[in-house]
Amino acid sequence: MRHIHKIILLAAVLGLGACTNAGRFDGAGAGGAGGAGMGAGATADPRSPAYFKETIGDRVLFAVDQSTLSDAARATLTGQARWLLDNPEYTAIIEGHADEQGTREYNLALGARRASAVKEFLVAQGIAGTRLRTVSYGKERPIAICSEESCYAKNRRAVTVITAGAGS
Amino acid sequence: MTCLRILTLVLALTGLSALTSSYALAQEDPGPLRITIEEGVIEPLPFAVPDFIAENGAAKEYATKIARVVAADLQGTGLFREIPKDAFISAVTSFDSPVQYADWKAINAQALITGAVSVGSGGRLTVKFRVYDVFSGAPLGKGLQFGGTTGSWRRMGHKVADAVYSRITGEGPYFDSRVVFIAESGPKNARKKRLAIMDYDGANVQYLTDDRSLVLAPRFSPTGDRILYTSYESGFPKVYLLDVANVRRRVLDDQPGTMSFAPRFSPNGRTVLLSLSVGGNTDIFSYDLASGQRKRLTSAPSIEIAPSFSPDGSQIVFTSDRSGTSQLYIMPSGGGEPRRISGGKGRYNTPVWSPRGDLIAFTKQSKGSFHIGVMRVDGSEERLLTTSFLDEGPTWSPNGRVIMFTRETAGASGSSALYSVDITGRVLKRVPTNTPASDPAWSPLLK
Repeated sequence: MRHIHKIILLAAVLGLGACTNAGRFDGAGAGGAGGAGMGAGATADPRSPAYFKETIGDRVLFAVDQSTLSDAARATLTGQARWLLDNPEYTAIIEGHADEQGTREYNLALGARRASAVKEFLVAQGIAGTRLRTVSYGKERPIAICSEESCYAKNRRAVTVITAGAGS
Repeated sequence: MTCLRILTLVLALTGLSALTSSYALAQEDPGPLRITIEEGVIEPLPFAVPDFIAENGAAKEYATKIARVVAADLQGTGLFREIPKDAFISAVTSFDSPVQYADWKAINAQALITGAVSVGSGGRLTVKFRVYDVFSGAPLGKGLQFGGTTGSWRRMGHKVADAVYSRITGEGPYFDSRVVFIAESGPKNARKKRLAIMDYDGANVQYLTDDRSLVLAPRFSPTGDRILYTSYESGFPKVYLLDVANVRRRVLDDQPGTMSFAPRFSPNGRTVLLSLSVGGNTDIFSYDLASGQRKRLTSAPSIEIAPSFSPDGSQIVFTSDRSGTSQLYIMPSGGGEPRRISGGKGRYNTPVWSPRGDLIAFTKQSKGSFHIGVMRVDGSEERLLTTSFLDEGPTWSPNGRVIMFTRETAGASGSSALYSVDITGRVLKRVPTNTPASDPAWSPLLK
């Protein structure tokens, strides 16, 4: 864990902080239908979904029209994978999102690509594919609502939402 | 400009050549009563619609209202201009009394529309009307009569307006039609969306779903009795088929672990095209409604979405980002090698084949703006009809002359509204809705 923290810290210093940390202070839910109702345990408990969301980081960010994982995203996802390995009783839904600069349908396809990129990375890290489901919200659930790049950058995201129960 | 030329040509071929008019260029050379479009500037044709005659007491409340619907339909095309009632010299007191042409000519009414309304037993509404070419001093075509229930009085008005519009422009009718759309509420980061249906002019809104599940991008069947749309009812985006009459719905192609969206009917209504995301890759499939058989039409690692059939059902236009950006492609309806038709700079999406078959409407994203545009089927003669922060999702009127679309404003308080634009790009207007609205899809002409 400590190692990952260092990476996040370093990324923040390098100005990439928004990528790994965006979800931490904006307080909103995961953005999709999920996210709420998983308050089991306090943030301090490393086995809690709250810890996963706020300390490990539940989301990764993407460049315009892209679904390629940045180094910062890989660092976050490596932490997510470790947590999922340590907590096999949980499953996850990975939500793919897009910014508003695109048509509704294209953004649905783009969100699907982003969610899938995250899933593939987690599977490569040893998480069973059956524990991970993907859903795209396209541009339907922005987390930041201004019409500027500062908001768009936060909206081009994939969010790993922890859900209870073993994989089906 | 080609489009304008075509429109002029169509208008010139209206078969109204027996009529004369001093209108526009026809000043010294009496020609047909027609609308002249020159260099993108249309001189709207002045018309008068006196209140329809109520032939019995029960018809009174409808006589004025129906005439108002007729006037609004015609005026809304941008091709006609209504002469206000206070300018009238003559009053029409009986449907069959002779028309005082001189009085209408004096106020420059090129066309006069008169009508009469009666309500029979059981609430049966009958509307009859006549159109006159004032400057030739003769009726334009035969009088017509429509019947319906009193509850459908607006439709009666649309039918009258459609007949007048078709006679004068030579184009197909489109006012007696409906639009299915998404009614929106709530803040930008937690929008609630409901499937809704309304008349083409925003009247008679009915909700088809509640706002518990996110719903997107509905489309009408070719007969207008069924609607395809995408819903998150299951937690995942899936295409549903809804029967308008009884509001029953069923999910199409419910494969676990997949997402489906961007559906569209084939011209015969038996096949549905949809985009299916499997493992992050989105391709186009056709789905036979009777057998449930699914057929893959594209197989590329790129995004293939938003298919739309040509009106004869032989070809499909769709979006693909195989070149690196979204562009438009056409392939045979059974699948096969696609050819790219969009060539301009920018990103192209949501292509829709016009019901006339000659044009493809699309959304274009270029230099930070969104546009609704049209191009020929071979990709030539691209014309952008609108520009804004976010315009998207064109849908064609049943006669292929008007395009409705979503316009969304920028910023934290940004919201969506429906707009329409005619294919000359000249007549842009907001379609009135009670709530913010998006994703319109125009029905065929009602029967």
